[in-house]
Amino acid sequence: MRQQPNKLTPFFENLNFERDNNTMVINFGPQHPSAHGQLRLVLELDGEQVIKAYPDIGYLHRGIEKMAENMTYNEFLPTTDRLDYIASTSNNYAYALAVEKLLGIKAPRRAQVIRTMLLELNRIISHLFFIATHALDVGAMSVFLYAFREREFAMDLMEEYCGARLTHSAVRIGGVPLDLPMGWLENLAIYCDKVDHEVVHTYEALLTENRIWKMRLENVGVISAEEALSWGCTGPMMRGSGVKYDIRKEEPYELYSELDFDIPVSDTCDSYGRYRLYMEEMKQSTRILRQLIPMYHQSTPQLMAHAPQYISAPKEEIMTQNYALMQHFVLVAQGMRPPKGEVYVPTESPKGELGFYIKSEGEPYAYRLKCRAPSFFHAGLLQEILVGTYLADVVTIIGSTNIVFGEVDR
Amino acid sequence: MAQHQVNYASSAGLPIALTTVDHLVNWGRSNSLWPLTYGLACCAIEMMASGSSRFDFDRFGTIFRASPRQSDVMILAGTLSKKHSEFARRLYDQMTEPKWVISMGSCANTGGMFNTYATVQGVDRIIPVDIYLPGCAPRPETLQYALMMLQTKIRKESANMNKNTKQNLRLV
Amino acid sequence: MRKYTPKDNVQAKSYYSDRFWVAPRVPREAVEEGTHFDRVVATLRSQIKLSYVEVGQLVIHIDANENFAVIKKLKEECGYAQCSEQSAVDYLAQDGEFELFYQFLNINEAKRVRVVCRIKKGEAIESIVPLYKSANFAEREMYDMFGIKVNNHPYLKRIIMPDDWEGHPLLKTYPLQGDEFAAWYEVDKIFGKEYREIIGPENRDPASIDRYDTKRFSRVGYEVPFGADISQGEVAKEIEYSKTLLVDYKTKSKQLDERK
Repeated sequence: MRQQPNKLTPFFENLNFERDNNTMVINFGPQHPSAHGQLRLVLELDGEQVIKAYPDIGYLHRGIEKMAENMTYNEFLPTTDRLDYIASTSNNYAYALAVEKLLGIKAPRRAQVIRTMLLELNRIISHLFFIATHALDVGAMSVFLYAFREREFAMDLMEEYCGARLTHSAVRIGGVPLDLPMGWLENLAIYCDKVDHEVVHTYEALLTENRIWKMRLENVGVISAEEALSWGCTGPMMRGSGVKYDIRKEEPYELYSELDFDIPVSDTCDSYGRYRLYMEEMKQSTRILRQLIPMYHQSTPQLMAHAPQYISAPKEEIMTQNYALMQHFVLVAQGMRPPKGEVYVPTESPKGELGFYIKSEGEPYAYRLKCRAPSFFHAGLLQEILVGTYLADVVTIIGSTNIVFGEVDR
Repeated sequence: MAQHQVNYASSAGLPIALTTVDHLVNWGRSNSLWPLTYGLACCAIEMMASGSSRFDFDRFGTIFRASPRQSDVMILAGTLSKKHSEFARRLYDQMTEPKWVISMGSCANTGGMFNTYATVQGVDRIIPVDIYLPGCAPRPETLQYALMMLQTKIRKESANMNKNTKQNLRLV
Repeated sequence: MRKYTPKDNVQAKSYYSDRFWVAPRVPREAVEEGTHFDRVVATLRSQIKLSYVEVGQLVIHIDANENFAVIKKLKEECGYAQCSEQSAVDYLAQDGEFELFYQFLNINEAKRVRVVCRIKKGEAIESIVPLYKSANFAEREMYDMFGIKVNNHPYLKRIIMPDDWEGHPLLKTYPLQGDEFAAWYEVDKIFGKEYREIIGPENRDPASIDRYDTKRFSRVGYEVPFGADISQGEVAKEIEYSKTLLVDYKTKSKQLDERK
């Protein structure tokens, strides 16, 4: 009989590590170098084979949804940075888009161009991070060093634009706060060439045909299309199972309907297919970024949407016009009051479908905000996908699901 | 058989350096600080960045270790939630003496922006902290500076661990 | 007089609201005939209480007892193969009810449907895990955050908060900064209740200023010159440093310097 947890024998001490039927329970995490954060897995092993996996999450729960209920809409925006902290702008953007849909406003053209650029740049940052940590977990140290080298250049670009390396807050509700600095687009074009070159000549050259890499990844973590749909997999996890669904293409937002890009799909359903998918997506991102550069030059310089009820006027107007100043005071001191209603807006973040459900009661504070995080559902998938695999493959599968605990636990 | 003879007085001097035990021990300790990879949240990404190509941490003699038994300094990088707090204390207890703690980022220092029910309001409530590193998230340069500050601190303290251990038994 | 704050809803409130201000509503459009949503509504006709399109997504209100039957139809006859999200909204203070929502995605049509139902406090809802496995974690999270029980769930336990946690954090009665149990959780767990006094309460005031802190650059209210006497007759208390590695820097470092 299992003993009830109490102070002297807390819950985690209470597992019977050796079972009568010769299976063994091991505790993986919550502080494990390849658990991608604070994942705790309780694995029941028969020899080296996993026969039961129980993911225990919540070690990074920070109450972000509760914070959203107690902060005005603009105050909450920097908090979204800390959800998926590897690609912060995609969270800022998903939140800003949800609020914009609620308000019924649309960002001006130049803001859309800049947002799309930042989103794709963040996708590259996130995918580089994926390949770095995934390769490190599987055992390829040098890929980690190379991928971080390129990632630093992308971080430099982000830093030049918004001043922060990691927590960008580069998107505002209704637009973007700043125009691109001088020479940024030239640097971006150089960076696109660099990424294209490095993806083909470094990462793919090091990994794609690498015998060890293939042995570790092929036929590991196989998810069928039905399972992927049932478990709520989105993004590369779903496309890695042969389901061609990308929110950027199917339910286009921002400028994605005008852009020309492909959606890579892998039919192998395994970790190797997903790795190829990530590599291909980086190439598509640079392709999108190249198309965006001329679009920027054709746009007019307005950066924030004109909606005086919800969004402060530009600085010049605030300083010169009385009404704009009054409205600005009200918006800063009380916060904007969106209309009553509920909205769920999905976006394609680097990890998958990142959606914000916002229920507004017409107050400056959201009545309920639910962040639909892709990693949360990918973490749930682990309890099925890990069963039957070997202990050494557990790390590969966790790496290939690409979960980030900021958004799993929120 | 030729006799080898060295005239110490006329050559470069005695092959001996005089120092104190404190200096010698602290020189060794401060130049091979092995941190525990204790990445908790966003700051962990910056900690990884400082360990990788551009901000090469290895030149400080700092090599990340995955086991608390092999590490000297615990870099608490990120938000410590209440659910995780007991593990943080356990890992700290598992580290061998001498040990130091760097609290990296606002969340670890004071709870930071997460003034909520689920966040420990400063890791110094459960483990003693040597260096507080502000920022959200601190840049890799800041972490390097914090490590250099910790080295300075180690060089100033007594190598007599008995004295320090007694103090370490204090819970807070 | 102290300001009255309702105990059943401790969410932050705006300090000022215009008494004549009426919040507008996000337009709810009727379901157009001949569209995909129309076919969905036609399939589920008998079970739908209310249906409309809000921000491009179909919203259907159903009876909470029929949730499994409706969602099964939605999956098998309308092709909604993925359950993106499932959670609840707390309306206990207003109506004594929870509002549950399920968010579904149809891959082939690229359409989304939200199924909304309401349950009374203490009532349970039928699990949809046999239909969608993604609801496994989502329903556990709902149980954890709101305390809504789910019938026939394979493993209904707390998921985000620790197993021994008290209270359900996303209820409107639960304060943002937690109750007493939350405030002392880590201290009780690691050291025991008797250490509460030694460790002391959490400092949750982000604007707190220690007047004896570091260099005394300024005081609350007005600035003082550096090094000025601000004690006003009070006995200054020593700045307490961490006593982990107790080295008296004032004397020790000097001694070391002298030795050099």
